[in-house]
Amino acid sequence: MLTKPKISAILLLIALIYLSLLLFLPAIAIFYEAFHQGINVFLTSIDQRNFWQATILTLIVTAITVPLNTIFGLCAAWVIGRNQFRGRTLLLSIIDLPFSISPVVAGLAIVLLYGKNGWLGGLLASLNIQILFATPAIVLATAFVTMPFVAREVIPVLEEIGEEQETAARTLGANDWQVFYRVTLPNIRWGLLYGILLTNARALGEFGAVAVVSGSIVGRTATLPIFVEQAYKNYQAEAAFGSAAILASIAALTLIFKEILEQKTRH
Amino acid sequence: MTSFISHLETQLRRKPQQTNSTRISLPWVITIGYLSLILLLPLAALITKSLTLGMGEFWQAATAPIALSAYEVTFVTALAAGIINGIMGTLVAWILVRYQFPGKKIVDAVIDIPFAVPTSVAGLVLATIYSDNGWIGQLFTPFGIKIAFTRLGVFVAMLFISLPFIVRTVQPVLLELEPEIEQAAWSLGASESQTFWRVILPPVIPAILTGVALGFSRAVGEYGSVVIVASSIPFRDLIAPVLVFQKLEQYDYNGATVIGTVLLLVSLVLLLLINFLQQWSRRYAD
Amino acid sequence: MSITISQVSKKFGNFQALDNIDLDVQPGTLVALLGPSGSGKSTLLRTVAGLETPDQGRVRINNRDTTNLDIRKRNIGFVFQHYALFKHLTVRENISFGLDIRKKPRQVIKQRVKELLELIQLEGFGDRYPNQLSGGQRQRVALARALAVQPEVLLLDEPFGALDAKVRQELRDWLRRLHDEVHLTSIFVTHDREEAMAVADKIVVMNQGKIEQVGTPAEVYEHPANPFVMSFVGEVNVLLHTSPIFDHAHRANPATRFFVRPHDFEVFTTPQGDSVLAKVKRIIHLGWQVQLELTLGDRSSLIVHLNREEFVRLDLKTEQNVYLEPRQIKCFEQVKQDLFNSPADHHQLAS
Repeated sequence: MLTKPKISAILLLIALIYLSLLLFLPAIAIFYEAFHQGINVFLTSIDQRNFWQATILTLIVTAITVPLNTIFGLCAAWVIGRNQFRGRTLLLSIIDLPFSISPVVAGLAIVLLYGKNGWLGGLLASLNIQILFATPAIVLATAFVTMPFVAREVIPVLEEIGEEQETAARTLGANDWQVFYRVTLPNIRWGLLYGILLTNARALGEFGAVAVVSGSIVGRTATLPIFVEQAYKNYQAEAAFGSAAILASIAALTLIFKEILEQKTRH
Repeated sequence: MTSFISHLETQLRRKPQQTNSTRISLPWVITIGYLSLILLLPLAALITKSLTLGMGEFWQAATAPIALSAYEVTFVTALAAGIINGIMGTLVAWILVRYQFPGKKIVDAVIDIPFAVPTSVAGLVLATIYSDNGWIGQLFTPFGIKIAFTRLGVFVAMLFISLPFIVRTVQPVLLELEPEIEQAAWSLGASESQTFWRVILPPVIPAILTGVALGFSRAVGEYGSVVIVASSIPFRDLIAPVLVFQKLEQYDYNGATVIGTVLLLVSLVLLLLINFLQQWSRRYAD
Repeated sequence: MSITISQVSKKFGNFQALDNIDLDVQPGTLVALLGPSGSGKSTLLRTVAGLETPDQGRVRINNRDTTNLDIRKRNIGFVFQHYALFKHLTVRENISFGLDIRKKPRQVIKQRVKELLELIQLEGFGDRYPNQLSGGQRQRVALARALAVQPEVLLLDEPFGALDAKVRQELRDWLRRLHDEVHLTSIFVTHDREEAMAVADKIVVMNQGKIEQVGTPAEVYEHPANPFVMSFVGEVNVLLHTSPIFDHAHRANPATRFFVRPHDFEVFTTPQGDSVLAKVKRIIHLGWQVQLELTLGDRSSLIVHLNREEFVRLDLKTEQNVYLEPRQIKCFEQVKQDLFNSPADHHQLAS
């Protein structure tokens, strides 16, 4: 019969092999493929107009979506975490929807709304406003898929701290803004940062929804994740892995910050 | 939708307020307005578009052979990935909660890679190392097994993206399980395996099912990693989200709308199921 | 079924949890392990159960050496402080768990569960889940679950620790009555001296991994073996040899400390024989007894308990002078310094 420590060792081994096949080896492979021909190959592979355009577009989209979703997330968290009303659970489920909807379906819905034959298509065309296959659509798609993160992280924190401190501040004469800025915000700051971190990671990396609404025009509407795919398809493996390594490094940083924030919120 | 907003507004007015109403309105307006603009308006456009198609046309497009095959590839593969991760993810969670080993913190952090890495990066690297001469793919080539650019590749991509959902749902439940529960079972004479099957596993099962449903839901909607790691050939390894994309590329908006609506409905059903599972998992809580 | 513990020691890192423990538990007795937290009482109980393995020494249950025996084969019942009920099983399934494991016939199980539900007075509760029960009910179910397998010994780790005061008292009286009926050799761990006295046949007072004294509740209270036991099993005034209380007694050596329980004073309003003058500083009504805080001639203070009738009879007021005479004084040489950090502290009330 197998002894307990032996069973433990076997289970540990199985788990680690599984994680290696699925996570460790792929993670290592990204950097191996990007750098195994030396740093110069890496640098020349990504030093092309299309890469820089994709990087700039990705940064612009992230810089617009993250603040928008942060403001929305805070408002939604307050509405749900500080009010009791019928339909509260429904509202919460609606905010959660983007987590369960396929990014392709999200993109499709945006195309149907702003496209030529869509509800707003005609109006936009007459005003000569280009949304689809341009930055606005990429922003809308990114905002769609990253919408729930901030609210999701802040609501439980708001509920946990309760209303007492805010009421106490009001009895001491603080107005709404002062209550928020001096009492609520310091209490929710780690949860809020955590939500912003997740929003940021997903905004930088969103692929499916953006692929549908942007038209994936390399050099014009391709974001960095789209550039990875297009470079790979065009047999530019070095460029694909070069930009993938950059995105993976951001992901690694995200995980490190996430770990730090989890330590902060646990205490 | 407008009725939904007015419903919320009447609720708001009815609510006894300790503060005056102008203070309350701004976050409400932003929440409802932003939600409508970003989320509800596009979804409404999708639903109205599919409603204009008429029952017959919708049904025909939704049940076309290529669509049926795409559903089968999507759902069966996602289910298989969910089940395998239900077992392996639980094992990983168990090891992270119960065992001490060097590098444990790193292993714990690595679990979240699929959350953090863009799906196209995941697809790229999986397609590379699971290809015929890739690091892992070459181990299978001698047996005539191809992984990348086949349905197995779809399966691997779905395993990849759904794993953290199971681990992160099961882990906190295992953490909450008091060691006294096991000691009580031992003191009553239960063997190691009886303790596992009868005392440890049952309270964890709802969490495992919730995690599997979350992972399945994510895998069903996955596009980025699969589109790179699969060859997306109809009737072989073409999944439904990729089919939507292909139809859009061919300017077949009606076809894309139909498959997209089917996927949307599946997501909604899964959302209900997940909510139910989460309720169910709390039923023994104090 | 007797339990014999001989020369058992256990270290956790640098912490000596058990230090050479010897203890005999006679068949059919209910023994309390009493001590402050960190005294080793829970570790000792878990060692008997087989949840901890001693670094050295032997544990025998019913003359069988069980030191290295697996917990499953010891045939013990164990009750945890936080119940450790299986939350996904009903009350009935919890109680029958051990019998199921032993593959007892269904009819036997059914009968036994029925008897146990009666015993714990939860007849109508068989199909409920633990989260539908109160704390006291849960602990009774935990007890029934442990008793179901007819263990040779019953071990209870702070069984009432998580309950509120009223339920706690009900349950401990119930446990005492239950023991009088069943006569199962039992050890229970507590840090509550009143609980130990109310329930146990014998009290084992533990401190810093060692046994300080073993005795009946009366023995431990009336004849404490050392200052630690004296102050742990009841409140005491600790007096230096210079205290005015001893003006008329002989002066002992300066290392000696004198211990007088607050209720071991005679209080008079007029001088009597050897009595000492004191002033009433505070009067606190505690229901059936009244606590007086007094100052002596050397400005040291003292706590005295009077019962209500006596207090009414004496008709005491604050700032009034009274005369004290101790009824019973315990003196211990070589008092451990750590017990009384500052020797200048004339009075210390330990509880």
